[in-house]
Amino acid sequence: MMDPQPRSSSCRVAIVGGGPAGLGAALALRQRGIDRVVVIEREAEAGGIPRHCGHPVFGWREFGRVLSGPVYARRLRDAALAAGVEIRTRSSVTQLHPGGGVELASPAGLEQLAAERVILATGVRETPRSARLVGGDRPWGVLTTGALQSFVYLERLRPFRRPVIVGTELVSFSAILTARAAGMRPVAMIEENGHTTARWPSAWMARAFGLRLYLGTRLVDIRGNGRVEAVNVETGGKTATIDCDGVIFTGRFLPAAELVRSSPLRWDSGSGGPVIDQFGRCSDPAYFAAGNLLRAVETAGWCHREGRRVGGFVADDLQDRLPRSPRRIELERGPGIKLIVPQAIEVGLTDPSAMLQLRVDRDLSGRLTIDAGGQRLWERRLATRPERRILIPLQALSIPPGVDRLQVGFTP
Amino acid sequence: MNAAGTGMDGLFDVAVVGGGVVGCAMARRFALEGARTILLERSTDILAGPSKANSALLHTGFDATPGTLELACVRAGYAEYLEIRERLNLPLLETGAVLVAWTEEEAAKLDGILAQAHANGVTDVRRIGRDELIAREPHLATAAREAILVPGEHVIDPWSAPLGYLHQALENGAQALFSAPVERGEFDGSRWRLDTPRGSVSAALVINCAGLWGDHLDQSLLGGTDFTIRPRKGQFAVFDKAAAPYLRSILLPVPTERTKGVVLARTIFGNLLVGPTAEEQIDREHPSTDGPTLARLVEHAARLVPMLAGMPVTAAYAGLRPASEHKDYRIRAHAERRWITVGGIRSTGLTGALGIARHVWSLYEGLGSRHTAPAAPVWPRMPNIAEHLSRDFQQPGYGEIVCHCELVTRREIEAALTGPLPAGDLGGLKRRTRAMMGRCQGFYCSAHVCAIAKGRIAMPDKLGETL
Ligand SMILES: Cc1cc2nc3c(=O)[nH]c(=O)nc-3n(C[C@H](O)[C@H](O)[C@H](O)COP(=O)(O)OP(=O)(O)OC[C@H]3O[C@@H](n4cnc5c(N)ncnc54)[C@H](O)[C@@H]3O)c2cc1C
Ligand SMILES: Cc1cc2nc3c(=O)[nH]c(=O)nc-3n(C[C@H](O)[C@H](O)[C@H](O)COP(=O)(O)OP(=O)(O)OC[C@H]3O[C@@H](n4cnc5c(N)ncnc54)[C@H](O)[C@@H]3O)c2cc1C
Repeated sequence: MMDPQPRSSSCRVAIVGGGPAGLGAALALRQRGIDRVVVIEREAEAGGIPRHCGHPVFGWREFGRVLSGPVYARRLRDAALAAGVEIRTRSSVTQLHPGGGVELASPAGLEQLAAERVILATGVRETPRSARLVGGDRPWGVLTTGALQSFVYLERLRPFRRPVIVGTELVSFSAILTARAAGMRPVAMIEENGHTTARWPSAWMARAFGLRLYLGTRLVDIRGNGRVEAVNVETGGKTATIDCDGVIFTGRFLPAAELVRSSPLRWDSGSGGPVIDQFGRCSDPAYFAAGNLLRAVETAGWCHREGRRVGGFVADDLQDRLPRSPRRIELERGPGIKLIVPQAIEVGLTDPSAMLQLRVDRDLSGRLTIDAGGQRLWERRLATRPERRILIPLQALSIPPGVDRLQVGFTP
Repeated sequence: MNAAGTGMDGLFDVAVVGGGVVGCAMARRFALEGARTILLERSTDILAGPSKANSALLHTGFDATPGTLELACVRAGYAEYLEIRERLNLPLLETGAVLVAWTEEEAAKLDGILAQAHANGVTDVRRIGRDELIAREPHLATAAREAILVPGEHVIDPWSAPLGYLHQALENGAQALFSAPVERGEFDGSRWRLDTPRGSVSAALVINCAGLWGDHLDQSLLGGTDFTIRPRKGQFAVFDKAAAPYLRSILLPVPTERTKGVVLARTIFGNLLVGPTAEEQIDREHPSTDGPTLARLVEHAARLVPMLAGMPVTAAYAGLRPASEHKDYRIRAHAERRWITVGGIRSTGLTGALGIARHVWSLYEGLGSRHTAPAAPVWPRMPNIAEHLSRDFQQPGYGEIVCHCELVTRREIEAALTGPLPAGDLGGLKRRTRAMMGRCQGFYCSAHVCAIAKGRIAMPDKLGETL
């Protein structure tokens, strides 16, 4: 077989990923009168992760009511289509080119799509077993929440009946709900820390569903020939075996940044996403990014709003109203700071709604500080934990002249 | 009783027991020589054992023990793989290997290794100094001193190779029976009757390619064995594809008495692996990994190639080498019993398989059997899943991409579920297509893959329950 010549086409804005963020960006662009806005989505339908979250709560901010994920996804899709967005499904972007071109594969063949601007909105996924280096046998029945939701809500299949749930983030409780909805009886929930990660009345919820919550407990390994039979756990030096027929690894979200990492765009090891400025603009100014690709993890509503906001900036940019500032400041992470988004600030152009978003990598209490050289620009007393959102309005910072980096840190 | 589904009167010239890489290569050789051949595998698909979990290196034999059968088979297997691979469409990633000395002590051993390589007939092996080493591998840690370059060590696809061998055997008249453990049997002085839960098979000769269970099979059917399998586990961690740019060659350590040591190598699928360990164990059923060992492997890799620090791990696995108390392969013809044992194919069987099959064929001819080889043998082409070659998603009309990380198409999955050697289980489907094997490990596609495969392959209990 010969490799056919890729076809080529063009558009004004190509949006990679048709989840809440990508659809939000597309809608905003159309509302600002930008034409030829194309959303490229690799699944059979746009909508992103909410497509397979069969349970509420979605849509409160956007539609003023509580919707299930699939209904919410459909609403976002319909809104984008009604506004004249072109959505191309079953199309996978495989490569990003400097200056705005993307390569994509679809059942019609390979294609080069030249776009004046590209918005990346490829979302997140959870950390699977292998990346957590959990040992043992390799039986069937080890899934992430996302996979479980696809089994239950998209394919109507029940992969197991008595799973163990690893992790206690918000999504871990989605896993319980999904499992219960499909007639499973999760037997246990395992958390390494001494407390649950999610703020929710989580311990209560676990108990209400009759599963045992193991805090301060490490998953040692998974056992089973063919399919999961048990897991071994360790609590304070003591080991125990929990009988089960499946394992759900929940959370520990990672931005789906493969395209970024294999492109010339700068990538940030803290957030796991592309380096952006406060407008969502990447190191190559033809590229912007929005949604959970920027950092793990926010809600659908948050990502949608973020998409709309970045869509607006791209419209500004196409209408020559988003100049690049001659002064660009980089933010440096001190110990304890897991991520800061944006990683760069273009001084003098700030829009009033811009926020710095932070997360920490351990339980911390003390003062969160922002310094320029030795000079303190901002501080706030705070007690926080990993996976909790921290926001700082950019307007709160007055950046002295001559400074090109800020240090973000924590002092007890 | 005749074996169900063989469609023959159960009369074969040879029965090959075991569908590992050695059994698959054996079936191919015997089919190509015109022998009526059946392969019996206890599992639902080929590659149930160590043959699915190795380092995937095509060895030159430069470091094999001189004068051994292993060396001869590796050399012959290597040559035959290169000779047939284009016709079967089997991939080759021409990486070469560097065997690096990190200490003065190790550097002192290089000359001996070089001399042995030359004595083994691998004459293009040479010593390279630090400058040449760094020019070739700029991302190595600074402690790298000097090295031996083995230009012919390469990376192959450990799954499509045996698949191609058995596929070709089947296309040339051989048969294969799965879910058919050989549990009992009887030799009546001229023929064997092998009993499996799927029926009995009658064959004039048995070739024991049962790998990790070879000694047991000899024991239970022949009534004795001259070796004992001592499984030696090797664990691996596979880095994300983002790691691949940091190493071109296979990175070998200076070997010790006991093991070739931990290797870093690209995979044919575009990742980078580190492993294997060498751990003795009694258990033959559980090639388990353990977290601390995997973490040590990952750290080790980052020590040798610092850019790997913090690199995510895509997969982890382990294989059990079917080693025995002997250093060499245990290949022996029991002429009077019409039985050939091919045992103890410990750590070079992927490369050696084609050579082993030729060697066993010559033993078989020595027993006086003659057949007429097909005049124009069929050469089926394997679908390519190697990253560096043209992939199915690049050709229009593939339906949909099912696995996004590995860009596996619906057309590829359908092909793997049909044909003369369809996937027998989900593992077999993964190995034929790479679906679910990428960095998200099925986050996006596992449900869809299972829905497509449901009812068409053996599913683990409960996986297919419809809501
Ligand atoms: C298992 C799980 C459960 C969750 N549950 C909730 C919940 O209950 N409530 C909530 O508010 N949030 C939930 N979230 C968070 C969720 O990520 C956000 O709600 C939201 O979906 C993020 O929107 P997004 O647009 O950034 O990304 P996504 O929704 O992830 O959308 C990204 C899209 O990009 C596509 N894509 C990726 N790469 C490519 C490519 N190369 N080419 C083409 N298309 C591509 C994907 O197919 C996907 O459709 C959950 C997340 C997960 C993983
Ligand atoms: C960690 C590791 C790294 C390696 N690296 C390399 C490498 O880089 N290059 C290389 O060339 N080699 C390598 N090898 C070696 C290679 O993988 C083995 O030599 C090879 O897989 C052995 O194949 P086999 O067919 O003899 O055995 P097996 O793979 O064990 O196959 C035997 C088959 O027989 C079946 N069986 C057993 N008993 C019965 C019965 N009674 N009835 C029916 N069926 C039965 C089993 O189910 C199995 O499928 C490595 C091995 C390991 C473990």
